[in-house]
Amino acid sequence: MARLRDPLTDRGMEKMISNLLRGGVLLSAVVVIMGGAIFMLRHGAEHPDYGVYRGEPAELRTVGGIVANILSFHSKGVIELGVLLLLGTPVARVALSVVGFLRERDYEYVVVTLIVLTILLFTISGGIG
Amino acid sequence: MTVYLFTLLIGIGSLLAGFLGSLTGLGGGVVIVPMLVLGFGVDIRYAVGASLVSVIATSSAAASSFVREGYSNIRIGMFLEIATTLGAVLGAIIAAKMPSSAISIVFGTVLLHASYSSFRTRHIHEGGDRPDPLAQRLRLDGTYPGASGLMSYHVQRVPLGFALMFGAGTLSGLLGIGSGAVKVLAMDRVMRIPFKVSTTTSNFMIGVTAAASAGVYLNRGYLDPGLTMPVMLGVLIGALFGSRLLIRSRSNTLRVVFSAVTLILAVEMIYHGLSGRL
Repeated sequence: MARLRDPLTDRGMEKMISNLLRGGVLLSAVVVIMGGAIFMLRHGAEHPDYGVYRGEPAELRTVGGIVANILSFHSKGVIELGVLLLLGTPVARVALSVVGFLRERDYEYVVVTLIVLTILLFTISGGIG
Repeated sequence: MTVYLFTLLIGIGSLLAGFLGSLTGLGGGVVIVPMLVLGFGVDIRYAVGASLVSVIATSSAAASSFVREGYSNIRIGMFLEIATTLGAVLGAIIAAKMPSSAISIVFGTVLLHASYSSFRTRHIHEGGDRPDPLAQRLRLDGTYPGASGLMSYHVQRVPLGFALMFGAGTLSGLLGIGSGAVKVLAMDRVMRIPFKVSTTTSNFMIGVTAAASAGVYLNRGYLDPGLTMPVMLGVLIGALFGSRLLIRSRSNTLRVVFSAVTLILAVEMIYHGLSGRL
């Protein structure tokens, strides 16, 4: 769509963000599909029970644990890697926005964006158990 | 029921939820959690975890096209994300301490209010008339492609909008929804941001908000791979269809669809919480 240049938004940055979001979601979806296929082959005939909350085992709760789980080719670890990639997509988006605002020399919004980025990294790395 | 069938049914349900969620700017979570809890007897903690992941997928996929088409306002989104992410962390902390039945009732109440507000609002605000000093200071005003070319708008009442966004984030972290409803209402009605800009910017923010609380959920073991997989993929495909339709459909139709669906789910969730079948 042809569009007039908007002085308040940076079209270049919008395009980069758009590509990043698309790429991140696609990549994570592919990984989840792969993990899901293995999961179906191995566990498809079993009977699921999600009626009672037990919590996931410790190795599927942390970034490091998930990586270790994939290395031993567990389907659940692969799915969780896809989930991690998906969680990382908004984080990467925010990080990219920091760069974008830096380029525009818009330091107020650099600070705004850094605050959001800090909160995200803190929670995903397990800062709040 | 085998894992095959379970996965297939949840995948199909998630596809429909993603379609509707994207179409209304709510994210799939509003439909996913009740579907998993009421329809499949899944514990609300697993449901909330899977929903949060799906919400990130919906939001990111849809936001990708909205950003490209020039509806989303990145500055508004980024500024308000401070409020929503902080709120999301608080919500995730509260979720661990609250009984399932109480979460269910809160869920229903939020849906009920969202539905009511939507029915009540007939007049669509197409931006404030006068510039607001704080909004100007933060350079939140913007333009979007309207029926007669590029339309400009002035953002109003920034502090109240910011506070509401904190609340929206808290609900998101607690209930596993994108809180698109509260976000859209805060932007559309309080900050007087045009409806289409509100829904698309809300979609844009939802992913970041959900990621903040999903991080907490991941570390607590609320994200189950077997459940998350069909929910995430189903919602993603549905959302891709929905995001194509939003650009063409009218705001009024969206509101009616939104109201009807949320009303039904609200009643079901409150009943479910009260009857204690959790």
